[in-house]
Amino acid sequence: MEQQIQESTHVTINTQSESEQFLTFMLAGEEYGVDILRVQEIKGWDNATEIPNTPDYIQGVLNLRGTIVPIVDLRVRFELEKIEYSNTTVVIVLKVKGDEKEKTIGFVVDAVSDVYNIDQGQLKPAPDFGSAVRTEFVKGLATIDEKMLILLDIDHLVDADIKLNSSEVTH
Amino acid sequence: MSIDLSQFHGVFFEESFEGLAVMETELLDFDIAHPDHEIINTIFRAAHSIKGGSGSFGFTEITNFTHVLETLLDEIRAGKRNMTQQDIDVFLRSVDCLREMLTSARDDTALNHDLVQSLQSELETYLDQTDTTDTQQDNQVADADTSAGKTAEVSWHIRFFPHSHLFQTGNDPLRIIRELEELGEIKSECDLSALPLIDGLDTEQCYLNWNITLTGNINEEQIKEVFEWVEDDCDLSINLLNSREETQQNANDNNNGEQQAEAVVVAKAEDRRQGEDRRKTDRRSAGNTESTSIRVSIDKVDALINMVGELVITQSMLGQFTEQVDIANHEQLNEGLKQLERNTRELQESVMQIRMLPISFSFNRFPRLVHDLSKQLDKKIELKLSGESTELDKTVMEKIGDPLVHLVRNSIDHGIESPEVRQAAGKPETGLLHLNAFHEGGNIIIEIEDDGAGLNKDKIFNKALERGLVSKDETLDDDQINDLIFRPGFSTADTVSDVSGRGVGMDVVRRNIKDLGGTVGVKSVEGKGSVFRIKLPLTLAILDGQLIRVGNQIYIIPLISIIESLQIQQEQIKSIVGEAEVYRLREDYIPIIRLHSIFNIESDSTRLEDGLLVVVEGDRQKVGIFVDDLLAQQQVVIKSLETNYQKVDGISGATILGNGTVAMILDISSMIGLSKNTQHFNHIEHKAA
Repeated sequence: MEQQIQESTHVTINTQSESEQFLTFMLAGEEYGVDILRVQEIKGWDNATEIPNTPDYIQGVLNLRGTIVPIVDLRVRFELEKIEYSNTTVVIVLKVKGDEKEKTIGFVVDAVSDVYNIDQGQLKPAPDFGSAVRTEFVKGLATIDEKMLILLDIDHLVDADIKLNSSEVTH
Repeated sequence: MSIDLSQFHGVFFEESFEGLAVMETELLDFDIAHPDHEIINTIFRAAHSIKGGSGSFGFTEITNFTHVLETLLDEIRAGKRNMTQQDIDVFLRSVDCLREMLTSARDDTALNHDLVQSLQSELETYLDQTDTTDTQQDNQVADADTSAGKTAEVSWHIRFFPHSHLFQTGNDPLRIIRELEELGEIKSECDLSALPLIDGLDTEQCYLNWNITLTGNINEEQIKEVFEWVEDDCDLSINLLNSREETQQNANDNNNGEQQAEAVVVAKAEDRRQGEDRRKTDRRSAGNTESTSIRVSIDKVDALINMVGELVITQSMLGQFTEQVDIANHEQLNEGLKQLERNTRELQESVMQIRMLPISFSFNRFPRLVHDLSKQLDKKIELKLSGESTELDKTVMEKIGDPLVHLVRNSIDHGIESPEVRQAAGKPETGLLHLNAFHEGGNIIIEIEDDGAGLNKDKIFNKALERGLVSKDETLDDDQINDLIFRPGFSTADTVSDVSGRGVGMDVVRRNIKDLGGTVGVKSVEGKGSVFRIKLPLTLAILDGQLIRVGNQIYIIPLISIIESLQIQQEQIKSIVGEAEVYRLREDYIPIIRLHSIFNIESDSTRLEDGLLVVVEGDRQKVGIFVDDLLAQQQVVIKSLETNYQKVDGISGATILGNGTVAMILDISSMIGLSKNTQHFNHIEHKAA
């Protein structure tokens, strides 16, 4: 089981399933995709409660039917230019997996775009841009109708920010 | 018809373990100097049901073992032998042995048969010491046999009033009366007054009740045994009518065993038995009637609590909404909302109640612990428990177990002196250890009190000096010195024992209690004893909070930490080294924590005199928190931030307010730590993205 998770998260090409569905969203003119099975819900932007002394990209926490869900602003996270939230601004709530537990985290994006079937064969590894561009969270690139989709490795991205596996923080 | 008995194994094991726990408790309660007949009866009954159950399910080894145990107990019960301390120890070991046997039978694991054999032969040797030849006795016959010659002929009046659903439990009054007939001469009168006319008769209901007079060589135990299966399904009273001759053992025990005294014993026995056996009987009858308690997984309860919490929030959202719109014309809507509010509050209270258990669950282990430890350390200790019915949250109870054990061990090891020392000090030989629990405000207080040597202040101070916990010229008052024992790395035990004294003790105790949102302190008088006092919130799921505002942010301070709130007087603000601000509160100087600066948020004003100071206590230190405004006080449901995020300094959790937004709950001691860092570095480093 654990191995399966690791395979699907860290290995770029999974030959077993032929095609996967991805939900795509817009961020500063680029189209990103996440595994649709991870999407719990999509909701409009609502003011989050700030958590003191957290990095800027943590917008705060929202009440999602009784669960406290942290909200990450992906623009800030990717060090893109900050824009005013508009009426297309949405929060995509994703289930993020660590080795031990699953967390629910919301991501603020410019707009939701589409759902695509992408064959594993279509997936190209992200080219290495050196240190200039953050590509370590990119699972791969895909081309649909001459558009480039950037498929994100969401577990890896969150793991770098939030400790997924150890909730015990000793002082 | 063959029944698969294995489906009842689970119940048998549970009942047997409960029976063993009862035996253990009663054995420890037993006072050799003043033997209480009822205690022996209770122990006997427990052993007897284990024997019966194991017999029915074919656990022969357990049956054989319990049989010997039961025979021995029966002799004691019949007054043929006296219970000695040695007997109690053997019985306690038998209880342990039985527990092992049951565990191995349940889990299908290997059992140390030699151990069982040796204990069993030990018990048999005991038996042989008395002139009993009758080891083949079966329970009822045995009772009659052994009490023959001892018990004189007596008459009992039995009032048997079955509840109308008796037949549905699969019991038949006729069978019971026939069984009584076997015990002695019976006169039975049936009361038909409740019997309806034939067309109104429900054949599944029982309308009859009986007045029975039973004469013979019978004790109340035998009668109760007949009614054992129906005791929860009927009103039963058993009274002694006359005794022509006193029983021998009664003559020994009470100089003039009066009828009344006997009757009182019976009544008491009945009460006690009903209380003790209620759960057992409940479960037994669970198969065919409605039961009074069920076992539910804690996850289900938590899910329920969570949902009710949501309901409360939704309800208050609706409430707030109706305040904004004009609903004057909708009187009924208003009424309905009021009712909804009442019902949700009550629902929430009842749901929270589900998680509450009496603290006796935690206290129960101490009689054995004290018994074993006092033997090991050669001390005489009397354990007194009070307030066992005080209820607290299951989670809190689970987590308080270990700290309590530690404190009790500590009191026995370091507190209570050896009998010689106590005598020399003019104290009674037997030391008193008192565990007490009670509610105070929204908290539960647990006190562990001993009348031992008390804390030796000089020794503590010197030790602390040696460990570098204090400096030589520090002057500390008594309480501050006593408090040193909670510092990490402190231990004054002269010798390191396996009881306590590893020096990792008290600080762990304090930390565990702090993690539960509680406090622990000690009061001690040298030579007289010490009292450890633990204060805990009743539940970890909700807390009483004070809402405060800084800028546009709302935070919650646990009400338990707040001492007072006050308007800031400018002339009382002092500063140390031009930076650290302190506030002069009567005789004290307390540091001021500016919430806006440690949390890096906007506040209405940075001028202290524009805001309010909330004086709180955390880590035994008073601080003043500078806030813009105080808002309402309310009970909040605590939600973890760690479920989906991670631990945040200064924050213990979050909650959802009436308008559906999230508010952070402040963690006072962590905030004090945070402010110390802030003062050192003047700003907090953000984690680099």
